[in-house]
Amino acid sequence: MGLSRNVSLSDALRYQGKGPMLTFILHRIGGLSMVLFVGLHVLAAWLANHAWGTSAGIFINNIYENWIFQIFIFFCVLFHVINGLRITILDLFPKLVEYQREAIWLEWFIFLPIYSIIVIVIIRSGLGG
Amino acid sequence: MNTKRISIPQRGFNFDFLMWLFTRLSALGMYVLALVGIIAALLMSARQNMTVADLMRWAFMPVPTHVVNTNIPTIDTWKSLFWQVMGILMLFLAGAHGMHGLLNVLEDYISHTWVRKLFRTLGIVVWVLFSLIGIAVIVTA
Repeated sequence: MGLSRNVSLSDALRYQGKGPMLTFILHRIGGLSMVLFVGLHVLAAWLANHAWGTSAGIFINNIYENWIFQIFIFFCVLFHVINGLRITILDLFPKLVEYQREAIWLEWFIFLPIYSIIVIVIIRSGLGG
Repeated sequence: MNTKRISIPQRGFNFDFLMWLFTRLSALGMYVLALVGIIAALLMSARQNMTVADLMRWAFMPVPTHVVNTNIPTIDTWKSLFWQVMGILMLFLAGAHGMHGLLNVLEDYISHTWVRKLFRTLGIVVWVLFSLIGIAVIVTA
């Protein structure tokens, strides 16, 4: 039994949070993905160091070396890094919160070119180019 | 329906405030560590000899096994106490930041106080365990 929130799923999906809501959701998805995958990665590095765990370690690391997975995890990392910088700056200098929407636009202007270049490079080397 | 009391964080100088501050400061710390890592990777001639993934590997966890399969001429000069300390610092900041974030998200969806306490305890145990595993990997790398 959870908290009684009186918000149905369709209400939640229709919530027009727009820019800030989107960054909030993406920050959480990215953060959770990193905890899960980087945690698994640390475990894999440790397993690969031991004879009894080598194959399990290699199995997990193969997921990381797949270029499709890299496109996903790079999105998580880069978005979390850039959005986190915005949150940190606005939280440490609360007067700037007034410019939150501009900051989010700036964030996308920085994120999109860098991420596009990374995706192009990953796809090129992924397809053996 | 019965009204339930759940504990909510209080204002002031307490554990929740400290963790809030730690999340921001650890983020700043990780930017510095990642920048140092990227600059060092470039000094290692990453521009010619590393893929984007290898560059990121050194940025986020600068241990020699991370880039051992690349064409870096001499990885031996980069096996030093300095980079072990850098790796352990990154592990500590990222691990604590990540575990706190994970618990924060979980607690948004859990109303039972005892379930929250269970997850907190579990989270701290997993964090300590993975930190030890990580340090073992860094030191033996």
